[in-house]
Formats: sequence, structure tokens, C-alpha cells
Amino acid sequence: MNTRGLRSQLKDSVPVTGMGQQVGAYGVQDTLRSGFSSVKNELLPSHALELSEKNFQLNQDKMNFSNLRNIQGLHAPLKLQMEYRAARQIQRLPFLQSSHLALDTLKGNDESISFEDILNDPSQSEMVGEPHIMMEYKLGLM
Amino acid sequence: MATLSVCQPQLGGFSFENCKRNAVLEAEVTKLGCNIPSARKTGTTICGVVFKDGIVLGADTRATEGMIVADKNCSKIHYISPNIYCCGAGTAADTEMTTQIISSNLELHSLSTSRLPRVATANRMLKQMLFRYQGHIGAALVLGGVDCNGPHLYSIYPHGSTDKLPYVTMGSGSLAAMAVFEDRYKQDMEEEDAKRLVRDAIAAGIFNDLGSGSNIDLCVITKGRVDYLRPHDMANKKGVRCVYEHEALPHQTGNYKYKQGTTGVLTKSVIKLDLEVVEETVQTMDTS
Repeated sequence: MNTRGLRSQLKDSVPVTGMGQQVGAYGVQDTLRSGFSSVKNELLPSHALELSEKNFQLNQDKMNFSNLRNIQGLHAPLKLQMEYRAARQIQRLPFLQSSHLALDTLKGNDESISFEDILNDPSQSEMVGEPHIMMEYKLGLM
Repeated sequence: MATLSVCQPQLGGFSFENCKRNAVLEAEVTKLGCNIPSARKTGTTICGVVFKDGIVLGADTRATEGMIVADKNCSKIHYISPNIYCCGAGTAADTEMTTQIISSNLELHSLSTSRLPRVATANRMLKQMLFRYQGHIGAALVLGGVDCNGPHLYSIYPHGSTDKLPYVTMGSGSLAAMAVFEDRYKQDMEEEDAKRLVRDAIAAGIFNDLGSGSNIDLCVITKGRVDYLRPHDMANKKGVRCVYEHEALPHQTGNYKYKQGTTGVLTKSVIKLDLEVVEETVQTMDTS
């Protein structure tokens, strides 16, 4: 599949709500942090798979939890989600690489390899996050 | 470096940042009348057949890039696990990466269950991954192997649908190969008959389809033994004209060199050069 079909896909794309831009403090578009805006950029996804890939992990988790609830009852997903929340809290600061070891073991990702592990490794990314800005964003000060 | 401040940490996996830029570039380039470079495909003939004790997989060895042959002898039968092999047609990079990822996942799975992996497991992993990417990963596969339940053969399409059949063909030469199979397939064949059938099916694809060519590779999988025959048959040897059924030897290409004595010799003079050895040195190599 090459990019030749991309133009026709963009033409038929339906505007989706998942592509919303970041709003700043007063409900206006945040030019300082996310750059200049363009309606065309925000409205249509740039690739048919973009949205589905962005939400893939979330959708998988939702499906698994609802299956678990139907099979074993409400307590099973509740307990698991509590463990996920606990494992998600023991990370390093946002601009440093954390191994997510506990989270991966809980989710079963330690026994599988997929494109997330091979392509675009976050530890090798060319862009470095500004530590102060990332901390402020995480703490909700911005 | 960073042009905008990055607020959230990056995630791994596919990045779609350049898709809009690529669409714009493609529009510009088409306006000028040029073509953007295309991905290397394996426009192929691959096939597989179930015989009495196992599976025979076959593939040709040509990889094309548009109208040019990119690789005259590429290997299309990929290793998945010691008892499972997979032929790949479609975009060459997609089939390579897909089979390598599934092979790694299957190895981890088999270490975790401490059992020999089953073909149905590999099939389901491939199917789920290809469906997740909605056919954008252009990999059409023929998956075959022998496990505790006997020999199994699957064909897997790029969008994620699979078929479990006794004989399958995929690729641009699949119709030619399927014609041979439909004519001569029988249940519970012997190994030699199965190898001959697959060889003939791939040869039909090679000679009747532009996207397939060069040699024929075979892979015979039985319980406890795998024969990877590469090349099994060199259907297109360079410098040899085609072999007809009724002739024993192939023609050689014509010899266009002139015979000795074509040009007449008028005079001949020999000048001897006297060379004397002035100095002789031996230099040892530093191999430490």
C-alpha cells in the first residue's frame, strides 16, 4: 500500500472529534504551546489509521475489561484497574524514560513484541522534551 | 531539535506526522508529470500443498520495483518456527517485518507454554495483526507447518481474512499456479509427487506471469524434519536458452568469438626484454 491512494482517502474522510486541538486557559487556541492552527489540519485525520492507532490500547483495554466483567463479574475489572492505577504511579519524571515494567507485566506486554517496540522507540527520539515545561504540564500549573 | 514545546512523552509505533506532507508532495509531483518512488513488491507466485505426511511450500525468487527486477534471487519462504514456515507475497518489507515479528512472538509464546507452537496460533496472530492495520500492511501469506495435530495450511490475505485449505496459491501468478493444482491435485499424495506438483505450479507462474521469475524454492515440512531446498530448480539460467521437453540438453547461447586464423598474419617479430632482479624484500603482515 503506497501513498498513492492517500488523496482519495482524505477526500472521503469524515470530520472526527478526536482530533481536537489543545485549548489554553481561557478556552482559546493555545498558540504558544501547539503552534499556529489550521482548520483543515485539525478536522481531518492525516491517515485512515491515525485515530484507530492512537486509541488502540484504550479500546483493547475497554474490550478486555467488559469481557472480564461479563464472565467473572464486576470485581475482576475493578481489581485489575486498581492494580493498573497503582503501577502507573511509580514512573519517573515525564521527561525521563521509565521502563513501565510493572505495567507491562500486568498487561502481558512483556511476552509480546509489536511495532511499538521496534519503530519510533521513545528513548531514541530526536525531539527532547523541555523538562520544566513537561513538569509544569504534568502538575497542571500550565 | 524541538520547534514546539513537547508537553507529553512520545509513544512508540507508527508515526503519521508526515502523511499530509506526503499527500501534498504527491499532488505537486503528479502535476509536473513525474512519479513518486514506489515500494518494492514481490509480484510473486507462492503456493502450498498438503500431502500424506506434511506440507510442501513453494515460491519463485523474483522481486520487482515497478517494471524493473530489483532482486533476481530473493528468498520468499520465511522461518516462523522450527516446524512452521511462511511464504510471503505483496510488499517485500511488509512480509519480512510481519513474519519476523510473528516469529518472535511465537518463540516467546512457546517458551512461556513450553510446547511446540501450533500453526493455528501463528495464523491467529497474523490475522489479528493484519486486521488491526486494515490492509495497509500489504502482506499476503501462505502459512504451513506440522504440529501435534498434523499438517495445516493457511492462506492469509492483507486485510486479515484467512482460509484453511489443502492447496493454496497467492500472488500475481496465483491463477497460473492454481490452474496446475486444480488439474493434478489428489488427496494423500507421496512426497515426490507433491514436490513435482508444486514445482510445476511455480513454473507455470514463472513462465506465464511477468512479476514472477528466476528460480523455484521449495520447503518440505514433515513431523520432525524440514527440507529447505533453495534453489530446488533453476528454471531461468543466465546464458542458457530454454529447454524443451523433447530435448535432453538446453541450448547454449551462441558463441560470437572469431575462430583462430580469421585474421591473416603478415609479419611477426619477437623482442625479448631482459629483466634482472635488483632487489628482493619480504614484508611480514602484522596479523596480531
